[in-house]
Amino acid sequence: MADLSDSLGFTAACPAPLASQDHVTLAHGGGGRMMHSLLERVILPSFGHQPLVSRHDGAVLQTGSSRIAFTTDSYVVNPLFFPGGDIGTLAVTGTVNDLAMCGARPVALSVGFILEEGLPLATLEKVVASMTDTARTAGVAIVTGDTKVVDRGKADGVFVNTAGIGIIEHGLSIGPASVRSGDAILVSGDVGRHGVAIMAVREGLKFESAPETDCAPLHAPVLALLEAGVEVHCLRDLTRGGLATTLIEIAESSRLHLAVDEDRIAIAENVAGACELLGLDPLYLANEGRFAAFVPPAQADRALGILRSHAVSANATRVGTVDDAPASLVTLKSRIGTKRVLDMLSGEQLPRIC
Amino acid sequence: MKYVDEYRDRGKADACARAIAAVVTRPWAIMEVCGGQTHSIVRYGIDELLPEAITLLHGPGCPVCVTPLELIDKALLIAARPEVIFCSFGDMLRVPGSGSDLFSVKARGGDVRIVYSPLDALRLARENPHRQVVFFAVGFETTAPANAMAVFQAASQGIDNFSILVSHVLVPPAIEALLSAPDNRTQAFLAAGHVCTIMGFEEYVPLAARYRVPIVVTGFEPLDILQGILMAVRQLETGRAEVENQYARSVRKEGNLPAQALIRKVFRVVPRKWRGIGEIPASGLHLSEPFARFDAETRFGIAAYRAEEDSECISGEVLRGVKKPQQCPAFATRCTPERPLGATMVSSEGACSAYYQYRRHQARSAAGER
Amino acid sequence: MCLAVPGKILSTSGEDTTRTAIVSFGGAEKEANLAFVPEAEVGDYVLVHAGFAISVVDPEEATQTLEYFRQIGELNELEPPK
Repeated sequence: MADLSDSLGFTAACPAPLASQDHVTLAHGGGGRMMHSLLERVILPSFGHQPLVSRHDGAVLQTGSSRIAFTTDSYVVNPLFFPGGDIGTLAVTGTVNDLAMCGARPVALSVGFILEEGLPLATLEKVVASMTDTARTAGVAIVTGDTKVVDRGKADGVFVNTAGIGIIEHGLSIGPASVRSGDAILVSGDVGRHGVAIMAVREGLKFESAPETDCAPLHAPVLALLEAGVEVHCLRDLTRGGLATTLIEIAESSRLHLAVDEDRIAIAENVAGACELLGLDPLYLANEGRFAAFVPPAQADRALGILRSHAVSANATRVGTVDDAPASLVTLKSRIGTKRVLDMLSGEQLPRIC
Repeated sequence: MKYVDEYRDRGKADACARAIAAVVTRPWAIMEVCGGQTHSIVRYGIDELLPEAITLLHGPGCPVCVTPLELIDKALLIAARPEVIFCSFGDMLRVPGSGSDLFSVKARGGDVRIVYSPLDALRLARENPHRQVVFFAVGFETTAPANAMAVFQAASQGIDNFSILVSHVLVPPAIEALLSAPDNRTQAFLAAGHVCTIMGFEEYVPLAARYRVPIVVTGFEPLDILQGILMAVRQLETGRAEVENQYARSVRKEGNLPAQALIRKVFRVVPRKWRGIGEIPASGLHLSEPFARFDAETRFGIAAYRAEEDSECISGEVLRGVKKPQQCPAFATRCTPERPLGATMVSSEGACSAYYQYRRHQARSAAGER
Repeated sequence: MCLAVPGKILSTSGEDTTRTAIVSFGGAEKEANLAFVPEAEVGDYVLVHAGFAISVVDPEEATQTLEYFRQIGELNELEPPK
């Protein structure tokens, strides 16, 4: 997080939460400022390698004359099963999508299971079946893996890690550093579904009928854009922390300004309803089948046409434009025409009554 | 969504803003009392639409913000006990106590669960007969009927392993305390629309008359708030001081009678400490005698516990509209959403949290930083 | 306080203090207790807070509020901007 000093005489800088906390808390996993702080202060300084430091979804590595993308993700979702999917669906889709966000064609995945003692085998079978189906649909092979069992109580049923490799067939450098002032900001569909789907089956918050997850592989529309020669500057899937967090990350990395129109952001009515009831902001809820794309303004219409010809991005819209100032910020124009700066949440978004 | 989207219409919001500008002839300070209204004002940038002459003050409308430090500490003590399942609305999880918060207790192994309704906590009690289920009953009058019903059902269904930690506060005594304070700047109030849905608005009539302040019962959508402000300003400009109802689609003058009846049955009015303000007589609710056995403080033997407020936190002055968050020496330095000193920095409608997220960026770009 | 959201009653069951409804919020459906709105029926819109319906939305008042804005808009047309 950038240090901010301003003319009012105080420094609005985030103090070191870890200096004052001696335990990891759930907020550290929430995708907001505390997670970023954990990475910046504890993890990245130690690992420090350049691809890691660029903090993109995956690492792009040069091997001989080819470029490959390499990524990993762990899935600890609870509950294991939710409307429209399960931890298995997520584990395959999430890693496929991280590769897609590098502009890579996904090739192969590894799977690591951490199973809790007492997990019913029938549950594991369902999860594995989901993974097989999802991998087949996505055209990717699960080629290697590992399984461990831990004591009862040490894992929420099952934790899954997947790592993936993909081949990069384009010559572009896709990432926040390539974003330019004037770029169009595209979003591939309506937002907030996955976050609501998960919340809505949590004990204490259960809905009788809730939106399904949007979990889906995204490499088809992405590769279509690249094959059509669209000069894609940046891609990012809208996972933890939602659309807002993703845009803020890109604004901060690129040091540019993102101007977004709330009216243009699509939200399904049942997602909006559930969010209103629980007091959640859909812009900060996780998605598992949506991405943002930054393209030159002259190519925006063509890019939207290509996206809309694929089922998973049929409702793609342009939500805003990049410009120069104020740097590193995202400004949202509300439905009533006023503007506010979007900030990262400090931790996980919680339902509220107040 | 019906009855929601129509009240977020841009054209109508602009029309109302123009009407307010047309009516205003001098500066006025208007306080909104409800945290939900503060949230809406910040989220939709409503003060941006208002003429300079109108100042919006954010009042103590957040029951989260005004829950006394010692009650948070009591919650933490109870939640840390191994036999307890501690249930709470999400809002309370990050509010700081004397050294910790519920989120941290959860991180250290306490069974703390977020629920949407007190009935969810009651269900947990029914499903876990060998555990003690405690519900953190925080709120204004809006939530009192729900909490009363949970206790009422516990009593009628014989669910004895259920109890509530009560932190209910009442709005009209707080408004009176604000109005009678010598440093009061508020000239008109937007009363909390959902509180009045339960209680009606008759209790505001003597306040408006005695203190000569317009009081407009207002809803929560941007159009509701703008209309409430317009109605208040019209009264101020013509020297009237009456109670009006902007939120008539939900609020009736007599309020919700079955809800009031249950509140009277299960609760009784008591003096209450408001965090950052102090004790206000007859401003809180506690369990009535027939239901006293459901009181968690008594059940866990911690009623006598006391705690000192952090001296640096000025949330009391912020809650009364006397100071703005950025006038606090700790604002955005020692006190941030990640490490809050007071509840106004934690709650999503606490004035300090709202200012931290929104205003510091405004200050920064006004300073012309690249 | 406090978050209360309008939703449409799709069905009801039970009676008195345990009378409940399935309420639709734009298509997301959740159960709510109707003890405080004994007059509420299927098809009505209710404001729901913490799992309880706290009022029935009055459609005429709702329309009147919106009508008020339309009228303000017309009045604004007649007056020169300040």
